Amino acid sequence: MSVTGAPRPRRPWKRLGRPRLSPSWEARAAFLPYLWLGLFFLAPFLLVAKLSLSDVVLAIPPYAPKLDWSAGLGGVVAFVRALDFEAYARMGQDGLYLAAYLSSLKFAAVATLILLLTGYPLAYGMARCRPSVRQALLMAVILPFWTSFLIRVYAWIAILKPAGLLNMALAQVGLPAVDILNTDTAVYIGLVYAYLPFMVLPLYAVLERQDDSLLEASADLGCTPFQTFWRVTFPLSLPGVAAGALLCFIPMVGEFVIPDLLGGSGTLMLGKTIWTEFFSNRDWPAASAVAIVLLATLVIPIVLFQRQQTKMMEQR
Amino acid sequence: MNAKPRLNIGAVRSSFAPWADASAKPLVRFEAVTKRFGGETAVDAVSLDIYEGEFFALLGPSGCGKTTLMRMLAGFETPDAGRITLAGQDLAGQPPHLRPVNMMFQSYALFPHLSVAQNIAFGLRQQKKPKDEVAARVDEMLALVRLEGLAHRKPHQLSGGQRQRVALARAIAPKPKMLLLDEPLGALDRKLREETQFELMALQQRLGMTFLIVTHDQEEAMITADRIAVMRAGQLAQIGRPAEVYEAPNSRYVADFIGDVNLFEARVTEDGGDIIRLMSPEAPDGLEAIEDDEVPVGSTAWLAVRPEKMRVHLDPPPPGPNRLEGQVADIGYLGDWTTYLVELPGGRTIRAARANASRVVERPVDWDDKVWLTFAPDSAVVLTR
Repeated sequence: MSVTGAPRPRRPWKRLGRPRLSPSWEARAAFLPYLWLGLFFLAPFLLVAKLSLSDVVLAIPPYAPKLDWSAGLGGVVAFVRALDFEAYARMGQDGLYLAAYLSSLKFAAVATLILLLTGYPLAYGMARCRPSVRQALLMAVILPFWTSFLIRVYAWIAILKPAGLLNMALAQVGLPAVDILNTDTAVYIGLVYAYLPFMVLPLYAVLERQDDSLLEASADLGCTPFQTFWRVTFPLSLPGVAAGALLCFIPMVGEFVIPDLLGGSGTLMLGKTIWTEFFSNRDWPAASAVAIVLLATLVIPIVLFQRQQTKMMEQR
Repeated sequence: MNAKPRLNIGAVRSSFAPWADASAKPLVRFEAVTKRFGGETAVDAVSLDIYEGEFFALLGPSGCGKTTLMRMLAGFETPDAGRITLAGQDLAGQPPHLRPVNMMFQSYALFPHLSVAQNIAFGLRQQKKPKDEVAARVDEMLALVRLEGLAHRKPHQLSGGQRQRVALARAIAPKPKMLLLDEPLGALDRKLREETQFELMALQQRLGMTFLIVTHDQEEAMITADRIAVMRAGQLAQIGRPAEVYEAPNSRYVADFIGDVNLFEARVTEDGGDIIRLMSPEAPDGLEAIEDDEVPVGSTAWLAVRPEKMRVHLDPPPPGPNRLEGQVADIGYLGDWTTYLVELPGGRTIRAARANASRVVERPVDWDDKVWLTFAPDSAVVLTR
């Protein structure tokens, strides 16, 4: 072995492996998402959580206590001592909150079911189309996002109102008029309409990715197209079903605009409750407490959603 | 197939030749089957018989129509013209799920949401078999492909070779009249592929099932099949036993597609019964081949000689036909074989291969050596197209 030239490194294999960014850079890059989460999720959340522990007062802003930084550490201690769970206690005593809470869950659950039943055939049909047609249909699903959500919901008022487009059309074919606006039915129509893309897109994503040779294998092993759907296509699309359902269910529970514009005075939903507490009653602690309870409930489906997403990523 | 199959050249079951028996009824018959995709003719009026218990290979380069031919048998494509019959029954209009053939897909197409056992049971459940019968058959299949411990694994937890065996077991489990294998070993690495080729052959003989394999790998077809159909641009170029296709190709295309070959374009000067003499500028002493078929004198023909049938000499052999002179341009040492590329004075390169039968060679052939190549008249094949 040659011994001339530069001395050999003592552990040359240490130099192998992938070249690394310096650790400080890696740490800084990982820090960015945390910064984002901290600024736009954690900080507002803490503010709302603090508000929910405060008391209502007739002042601007309408809550107490307020943190007095000039009093130093004593001020902080006094502030923390003044916080209490009164807003939550009031929520427990007033049956209206519980009713709104359950009603919201019901609205979201039923709408999710309707969305699944309408969105699945849509996504399935799209995935079975020729690629050129598929692109056009995908565009059609996404297109409504280019106009304001509020305007689209207002448009439903024009359709559903007593002398609206729906009743005009019904009269044309000789059917009796229906009075849907300001009922739960209108809220369901609005929810299904507004959230359909969120159901269709994840379903389409899994269905479009499905390997056609699996369908051929199923047919080869004796399945009719109908049996193939239930034994192969549907079970394989379950991740998309879960993703679509959670993607719709979670925001629908707290939906405010649709029940406010299309629902009647009897339509109970948490989004409306929060709005009423905040703006009509100027009861910020109660509104915050409702928001916190809502978030706590949704943590379970959100965690489920995240796990589903991770699983899908791993299977790729 | 009662007696133990006797092995012959190319692992041919010499006692098994239903295609030579005029009274034998084929299991599958393709009659002038044509398939077009858009303006392209993928399969062009192919007629072909496959017999019960046969291991039949469709061999050809990609795009030659071999897969389309198989997919028409499985029912995934519909012929534009012609007829396919299975056990005498016309398959036209019969959807894939009613056809008594099963396919093993190139991608394996294992159901990712089902376990190994559930995958194998898929076709059996469709046949509405009682539960205990399905379970027994699944166990039998698992034992057959040696996957006993893995019944509850999901496909993504298996190695490539294991997946291949699950796909095989799944296709065999419903006892089809015929098993179709679409490039079944393409995804395996070389060593595993070689092993599996022999396993497939043994399995087919044990089951007595008719196998149709589609492959572009000539070695795979040669090892496994009783007969090979070489395809070219939607048509059949030649059908025959592996040894026939290799030793007696009917065209330059087949000679060149299966294995390596040296082709000499030559003019036929004499047809003396079974020996044919030809003249080529590349062989100053003339060429000679043993050939039963008549070849018109004066016509152009091609003489095909396989590299391993060329002998390499360092000392000049006595003058005579089938003697070429040249210089070693390249040597490829493969361990078991050495390939010599010999450049003729005309500039063309001829391949000669020699088995390295002993470890030490007294006088090795070296680069730039002047060498003589000779071959026996019965080693050459005269081709007219």
